[in-house]
Amino acid sequence: MAFLDRTARSLLLGELLGGMALTLRYFFKRKVTLNYPYEKNPLSPRFRGEHALRRYPNGEERCIACKLCEAVCPAQAITIEAEPRDDGSRRTTRYDIDMTKCIYCGLCEEACPVDAIVEGPNFEFATETREELLYDKAKLLANGDRWEPELARRLELDAPFR
Amino acid sequence: MSETAKVAATATRTVEIDSHAINFGPQHPAAHGVLRLILEMDGEVVERADPHIGLLHRGTEKLIEYKTYLQANAYFDRLDYVSPMSQEHAYVLAIEALLGLEVPQRAKWIRTLFDEITRVLNHLLNVTTYALDVGAITPSLWGFEEREKLMEFYEAASGARLHANYYRAGGVNRDLPPGLEARIGEWAEGFPKFLDDLENLLTANRIWKQRTVDIGVMSAEQALAWGFSGPCLRASGVPWDLRRAQPYAMYDHVAFDVPVARNGDCYDRYLVRVAEMRESTRIVQQCLAKMQPGPVKVADHKFTPPSRGEMKRSMEALIHHFKLFTEGFHVPAGATYAAVESPKGEFGVYLVADGSNRPYRCKIRPTGFAHLQAVETMSKRHMLADAVAIIGSLDVVFGEIDR
Repeated sequence: MAFLDRTARSLLLGELLGGMALTLRYFFKRKVTLNYPYEKNPLSPRFRGEHALRRYPNGEERCIACKLCEAVCPAQAITIEAEPRDDGSRRTTRYDIDMTKCIYCGLCEEACPVDAIVEGPNFEFATETREELLYDKAKLLANGDRWEPELARRLELDAPFR
Repeated sequence: MSETAKVAATATRTVEIDSHAINFGPQHPAAHGVLRLILEMDGEVVERADPHIGLLHRGTEKLIEYKTYLQANAYFDRLDYVSPMSQEHAYVLAIEALLGLEVPQRAKWIRTLFDEITRVLNHLLNVTTYALDVGAITPSLWGFEEREKLMEFYEAASGARLHANYYRAGGVNRDLPPGLEARIGEWAEGFPKFLDDLENLLTANRIWKQRTVDIGVMSAEQALAWGFSGPCLRASGVPWDLRRAQPYAMYDHVAFDVPVARNGDCYDRYLVRVAEMRESTRIVQQCLAKMQPGPVKVADHKFTPPSRGEMKRSMEALIHHFKLFTEGFHVPAGATYAAVESPKGEFGVYLVADGSNRPYRCKIRPTGFAHLQAVETMSKRHMLADAVAIIGSLDVVFGEIDR
């Protein structure tokens, strides 16, 4: 009986036709692909993308050059130099991130005591040359200014968990 | 030359066929990364298969010796980049064993949950690309849609789709965001239906069976002798699963079956993986049902950073914060071996601490290494195309083999 059953199944191409019918059903299902540059997946507030240096609402930069991010960075991608400013406050004179070294682990953001360095929602920062990926302080602050509304919203959403 | 002389010349000509070596990989798409397999062929039959590894060697074990325990965590995502969180789990278990930390319940549940999500992620990639290697394209297109959903869960919890850096010594980095548990529950509801569709395409398919049944057979004795673990060992009929044999996290609080097959061929390895995905879905649902709100890290701020609110208010918390992110925590001298049932098999970390803030030595037991060394035994006297099926069924990932 098992032999008959097997032969009948084999001759009737049951499993092949079944598979094809299934693919045909999927053909008429709703498409799941996104038209990428115009449509994007939603990102969670924790997404770790391009770095940014934030400012206080009054325009003063947040970073106080405590160098925690530099110390904790596993890839040693961050370089900071600091000296007191004319008004006596301690600020960075140099804040470089080598984005080619960065592994996007998020430890700099976790370590920062003043929420200055953050990893933002931007993941589209491909460049044509390697040099453009060696970010300096100006570039990072510009990133911060550009993304600030989004960054503040993300930090607020994630605040209960941090 | 006359006609008869011509015939005589062809009749006496001796033809010598000798085996010749071909390079399979490192750029071959079916080599799953950077495997360089030197195949000595006798016609189309494999006489000898010689895997060459090391093309993705990054010196992870040595690098870890120069990083604090917290910094080294990120390296474990990058070993087997298809199942990141399982490997972090082995590492944090090793640290916790040395420190004697008791992790809060919720953290253990979250770890169990994400270990199983990782298992599905890994098996989906393996089964579908394995099908792709032997000629079926559709499963990989469907499977990657499911993988996309799972990677969104990864991203919602940890902030990254692959390199999560989520498990930490003493718990997990942050609690699950609101709504994520419901989303995972919804996914677990619909996933068995997807598995049915996947099986509909492959399990009974005659082409798939012709390519996999009785290919690369490993008996139970052979599998044990070659150091197999995980689905490859269970396909050979050995019911060995670390989740059952030495439960870690919350595996002793969930009900699940350990799928075991009998023949140890490529087809059985596929069947075991599909059955494991069904079991993982069951475990995920149980985790979601049994999880209780609570802390996700140990409260001892010598090992885990204090919350930000506390850090801004309390001087002591601020000191802990600064100490943890610069010097890190010190681990008392000692050695331990922690192993987890990663999707590919037994993934172990042998950690030697010398009392400082960095590991003295961190030996990683990769899963794929033991499987890959048996390629020679398994593919001997098989056709060249079967070698592709064998490599696909072994589930090798070079991030962990080369380390």
